[in-house]
Amino acid sequence: MLSRTADHLFWLARYIERAENIARLLDITWQTSLAPQSIESASRNWQAALSCNDLLASYSKTYSDVTAENVLAFMVFDAHNPSSIFSCLKAARENAHAVRGTLTSEMWETINSTWLEMLNVSKRKLQDEEFSGFFEWVKTRSSLSRGVTFGTMLHDDAFCFIRLGTYLERADNTARLLDVKYYLIAEGEPVGIAADYYQWGALLRSVSAFEIYRRVYRDSVLPNKVAELLIINSELPRSLTTCMTEVASMLEKLANQHSNETQRLAGQLSAQLRYVKIEEILEEGLHPYLEKFQNRIYDLGMRISHDFLMPMRAA
Amino acid sequence: MAKPVFYDEMMVAPEALRPHYQAYGQWLNNLPKDRLARKKAEADLTFHRLGITFAVYGEEAGTERLIPFDLLPRVIPADEWKMLQKGLEQRVNALNLFLHDIYHGQEILRAGVVPAEQILRNAQYRPEMQGVDVPNNIYAHIAGVDMVRAGAGEFYVLEDNLRVPSGVSYMLENRKMMMRLFPELFVKHAVAPVQHYPDMLLDNLRICAPQGVENPTVVVLTPGSFNSAYFEHAFLAQQMGVELVEGRDLFVRDDSVYMRTTQGPKRVDVIYRRLDDDFLDPLAFRQDSMLGVAGLLSVYRAGRVTLANAIGTGVADDKSIYPYVPDMIRFYLDETPILNNVPTHMCRKPEELAYVLDHLDELVVKETHGAGGYGMLVGPAATKAEIEEFRSHLMANPNKYIAQPTLALSTCPIFVDSGIAPRHIDLRPFVLSGKDIRMVPGGLTRVALREGSLVVNSSQGGGTKDTWVLEE
Repeated sequence: MLSRTADHLFWLARYIERAENIARLLDITWQTSLAPQSIESASRNWQAALSCNDLLASYSKTYSDVTAENVLAFMVFDAHNPSSIFSCLKAARENAHAVRGTLTSEMWETINSTWLEMLNVSKRKLQDEEFSGFFEWVKTRSSLSRGVTFGTMLHDDAFCFIRLGTYLERADNTARLLDVKYYLIAEGEPVGIAADYYQWGALLRSVSAFEIYRRVYRDSVLPNKVAELLIINSELPRSLTTCMTEVASMLEKLANQHSNETQRLAGQLSAQLRYVKIEEILEEGLHPYLEKFQNRIYDLGMRISHDFLMPMRAA
Repeated sequence: MAKPVFYDEMMVAPEALRPHYQAYGQWLNNLPKDRLARKKAEADLTFHRLGITFAVYGEEAGTERLIPFDLLPRVIPADEWKMLQKGLEQRVNALNLFLHDIYHGQEILRAGVVPAEQILRNAQYRPEMQGVDVPNNIYAHIAGVDMVRAGAGEFYVLEDNLRVPSGVSYMLENRKMMMRLFPELFVKHAVAPVQHYPDMLLDNLRICAPQGVENPTVVVLTPGSFNSAYFEHAFLAQQMGVELVEGRDLFVRDDSVYMRTTQGPKRVDVIYRRLDDDFLDPLAFRQDSMLGVAGLLSVYRAGRVTLANAIGTGVADDKSIYPYVPDMIRFYLDETPILNNVPTHMCRKPEELAYVLDHLDELVVKETHGAGGYGMLVGPAATKAEIEEFRSHLMANPNKYIAQPTLALSTCPIFVDSGIAPRHIDLRPFVLSGKDIRMVPGGLTRVALREGSLVVNSSQGGGTKDTWVLEE
């Protein structure tokens, strides 16, 4: 397939996944902010939502106080913020538009009508009581896109590039979420077990893993087990291991003459995740581990781009 | 002033339907009052969701609009279409012969049928094409011939679009929409199908591949997603199952054109390009073109890639050449033209210019290189100031213009807020040339939505309707 087409498909998938993850993060921050807490702690939660996506700097260019209202305006509707849900859905639609001939009509329709509805919502803005429903809607639309992709698209290279984008983006997002929550809890004012429980519970809910945690561990919510679940569990659809297994297997299917090293690095990362023990990770320190992981994901993204998506020289 | 009477496609007199509209008219009369309004809303919603839109130039980048779709079909009886089809075959055949001649022996110039300076000094004439052989001698693989009906119902050719005619996707989508909205009508009528157009197009493009290529790779070349006809480019590529490429996806190496794929370079044999000549190759034409492929022309001239349409077809659909088409038919085919031309004043001739200047309020004046309804004057609909402004353009540059009588274009009923009302229409059939000439029955009917307006171009607020050719 055309490299440019592959590029659009890869980014189409990444933006949809990103919109979903932002919605998950905001939803959970919003719900947490309803629990009784000090103003500082509420503000710290919203701040975490920003720093998780490296957005503190660009946020403070436009907004001063870190309040629920401002952060929601910035992360949901702000067209100047490339990571807002608005911008992600717009970019997804633009990428889809550029390759609409490669998508099935159902996929194109799903992505196009999601964007048209987002446009409507952004014109009328949301009342406080509407945000939860809106985040649900974003997640549902993302699920729908995924379902329509699986259900209607030929499972060929185009399909593999879409999945590659989805899982690479998801790996990055899960790592960020985990990293920022750990940081928040470790650095925060000393709090009781009850507060910790809410924090970790919120993190699990944001990746739809609260009930799963219960089923897997039949135990109270403990930080190390949360980390183990989100990093190592190979059955959890949003864990790092699951994501990297998919990334490596997609790359194997897409292999070309230039992609050996990229395949090797993806395979290595996936194998390391499959055989690592959580104790080893904690010994190294969770934050350094996740930071290194994010760097490797970033490097993989660059390599994929170089090997498949933008071979603009006449190689 | 008495209201002029126009030929109406549906009604022969108030309350009296034409024979081929009998069944439809009865169905329409029995329709519950609000059904059309509901169907209209359904159609608009669907088109929006499907993103069947066109981009508008001169507005904020990325502005997309729906082309207004009308619910009432334009019906053409079988015998009328048979005549049109014959006439179109004849005309497009002659135009292809003309293009081949112009870029080879130029016999028509030597015979004095067309003045040589009209061709050789024409900006659309491409000296680069002189002596270049193209497969099957076909230049205009896809032609969109604009036809109108005027006076007592006779057909005229308004212009021949031989460069990158667009609109065929709307023809196909309109039919799909009508079948979805009113399936019962297709039970009542034997409507000739059009849905096989993409198959026919692909077949036609493959037939015109460079000699010796066994299984040619066809692509559609688009200027990109901001082009006004992008939907159509993507649509046709998808329907044909071929890649939709932009200039940056292609490159030239070792006398061949390749596309950049995730598995490395892949050779391309036929390019259905939806890009004007000027932008095709920055090394040969406009150097500032970011849309083309450097070196494409040299590969093309060597016969190692086919461009559809060929480079240089503009010299045959230029409005200054249009008056000579009936002469071409006589010259090359030795036949009597089946389709009428509109009588045309060539403003480059002083006596005709004088006449045009005296009658600006009655005439339609067009730029010879213009397209899309831009840069034209419709005398009877223009204000005094507009006429005077146009007069100064015309006097400064008479070579750039032709003028035609304002035709009393036929009307066809459309659905409007207040009910059903007549509006002016035209017809653009799409004619494919390969080893022979083929077309699907009908074409795209365009409608001037404003009451009294004669301009049907989508860029000027025109709409479209489904076109039915009835089978016998």
